[in-house]
Amino acid sequence: MDKMRFKPMLCSRLTLACAALATAIAAGGGAADAQEPIRIGSFLSVTGPASFLGDPEQKTLEMYVEELNAAGGVIGRPLELIVYDDGGDANAARTFATRLIDDDEVDLIIGGSTTGATMAVVPLAEEAEIPFISLAGAVVIIDPVKAWVFKTPHTDRMACEKIFEDMVANGISTIAMIAGTGGFGTSMREQCLDAADAYEITIVADETYGPRDSDMTPQLTNIRNTEGVEAVLNAGFGQGPAIVTRNFAQLGIDVPLYQSHGVASASYIELAGDAAEGVRLPASALLVAEDLPEDDPQREVVVSYKQAFEERWDQPVSTFGGHAYDALFIAVDAIERAGTTDPAAVRDAIEQTSGFMGTAGEVNFSPDDHLGLDLTAFRMLEIRDGTWTIVE
Amino acid sequence: MRVPLPSDDWIADPRRGGLALLALVLVVLPIFLPNRFYYDVAIHAGLAAIAVVGLNLLIGYAGQISLGHAGFFGLGAYGSAVLTGTHGWPPLLALLASALVVAVLAFLVGRPILRLRGHYLAMATLGMGLLIFMVITNERTVTGGPDGMAVPALDIFGFSLSGRNKQAWYALVALCLLLAVWLALNLIDSPVGRALRALHGSEVAARVGGVDVAEYKLIIFVISAVYASVAGSLSAHYGGFITPDAVGFLHSIELVTMVVLGGMASTYGAVVGAAVLVALPQFLTAFHDYEQVMLGAILIVCMIFLRRGLLPSAIDLIRARRP
Repeated sequence: MDKMRFKPMLCSRLTLACAALATAIAAGGGAADAQEPIRIGSFLSVTGPASFLGDPEQKTLEMYVEELNAAGGVIGRPLELIVYDDGGDANAARTFATRLIDDDEVDLIIGGSTTGATMAVVPLAEEAEIPFISLAGAVVIIDPVKAWVFKTPHTDRMACEKIFEDMVANGISTIAMIAGTGGFGTSMREQCLDAADAYEITIVADETYGPRDSDMTPQLTNIRNTEGVEAVLNAGFGQGPAIVTRNFAQLGIDVPLYQSHGVASASYIELAGDAAEGVRLPASALLVAEDLPEDDPQREVVVSYKQAFEERWDQPVSTFGGHAYDALFIAVDAIERAGTTDPAAVRDAIEQTSGFMGTAGEVNFSPDDHLGLDLTAFRMLEIRDGTWTIVE
Repeated sequence: MRVPLPSDDWIADPRRGGLALLALVLVVLPIFLPNRFYYDVAIHAGLAAIAVVGLNLLIGYAGQISLGHAGFFGLGAYGSAVLTGTHGWPPLLALLASALVVAVLAFLVGRPILRLRGHYLAMATLGMGLLIFMVITNERTVTGGPDGMAVPALDIFGFSLSGRNKQAWYALVALCLLLAVWLALNLIDSPVGRALRALHGSEVAARVGGVDVAEYKLIIFVISAVYASVAGSLSAHYGGFITPDAVGFLHSIELVTMVVLGGMASTYGAVVGAAVLVALPQFLTAFHDYEQVMLGAILIVCMIFLRRGLLPSAIDLIRARRP
């Protein structure tokens, strides 16, 4: 029994140590400056299945908050960034958002890597009347418009429209679709089916594959055997599109292959190899930052963000981190114009944002548009010699 | 006839002392909750505890493991969400209907499996949980798919209880938790419970003693599934938005972990396990990038040094210190 006695002591000491450390950190953050800091709260999927979104977002926010503070802060006040990791779980996101609003008393929220996490928090931000800039994709976040909620990434519908525009320009009108059944693929597939009519595009084959499938030959064979297919559009994310691309080449299907912005990362070209040659996709200007013409209005923003990110973190820049960059600077810009952190004033200032040049394109918010991007935000790229080339 | 309890300590009479203590803790706790965030954590812990008290019946008393309890939780949650949100049912009716569906499903899964000896139920529930997850993820038109769906506020007899009304929700969840614990304790102390304890000791002996082993296991399995379903329904209404994460395999594992951490075959242990596992990550955010590592380390240390689970080990210690 003696042994049993000292063991729980260890546990309680550990808890004490945790508590002490927590207090120390809390005290360090709160009492340091006489000037009340501007508190920016964030909940991101830094770990878990959506960590490829949350990780660059967190790094971007950290990096620029440091930089802004070194330059004297915003409206003479330092910024304080509070980031919680929701692990991609909407329930956790809601608890952390409650914590940000009621316990940390933040002035605004930038976050929500996934649509689920964002939508779980929207009612909280609306009720607490705190500006919330989401970093997630789906169109439901801002349609219908919610007074306190904005978002920076393009929607999947815009990707469809950009692709259809390019198809129409190339005289393509009959296409086949193949989509992943994950969240991204399903949502984009629906949006594309819905948007196709406006471009007079007929979808004659509509195939799907599971997120973990390792061979899409059967679906692609169906497509190959369908009469009149002039192009194939793949809506998907992760390794699925790379496998589709390989199978597509193996089957020798002789029509253009369009991918979505979901594959816009170097790992896609690596995975798909030579098969990726000639694949077209809409993507953010960030991917081709250095190749943009000198007079491109977006060039300065994307090149400086790309260089700063890659230098600081030693990893390739991603469009997702870019969404966080846009959100942070839209917020900073709005606070500067409002001259205060009063939530209503900041919200109004965010809504009045116009001509803001971000990594996703030019942002012009209005009372009935809380996305503020148009199709020019996307660049049509083609993969040539294993790298991205602008085709416009 | 009562089965003699392990000790005549006041705390060891769970149906009087223990329940009174739990009620006292639940009443006093709000004094220490400075703002809505702490209420939120307490409510989440309470909702998890309801599911875990049910799961503890299965693991601690029937000696069976369910790796698909999040499936039942999720069916309750999505059942309530779809019936109230899409079809406009009253929330209480939707909650009961979902619980009934879950009970029938648990019965159908458990009936053939629980006739077998060994841990076949773990495998069957694992498969069932994954299936439910896949259906909910793929049936986009009904469930909203991976992006989740909104759930209307809980409406009890015309009184609408929005998830933002933390105090009211705290009171409701506390009441439900007390009820859940009280029912579980009564069940344990009923003929079913005694039969279960007998078969936990020796299945052969119990069978020889005239206990219909399979039937009792099945009853407990169905009851524990209903506990999860009700917790799921309440949690959906409280949150106002659900995603398939609630149905996922990881959530099932989390529930089992809560049972084991709190102490198997200890109803109050289940409550403690749920409370600790829900609250701990919130305190560990101070460690930033290392919070997952810390969480893992704390769990490992507790399981090595407090092998029987938090509460039973703590009670042992208190006893050992007494002269």
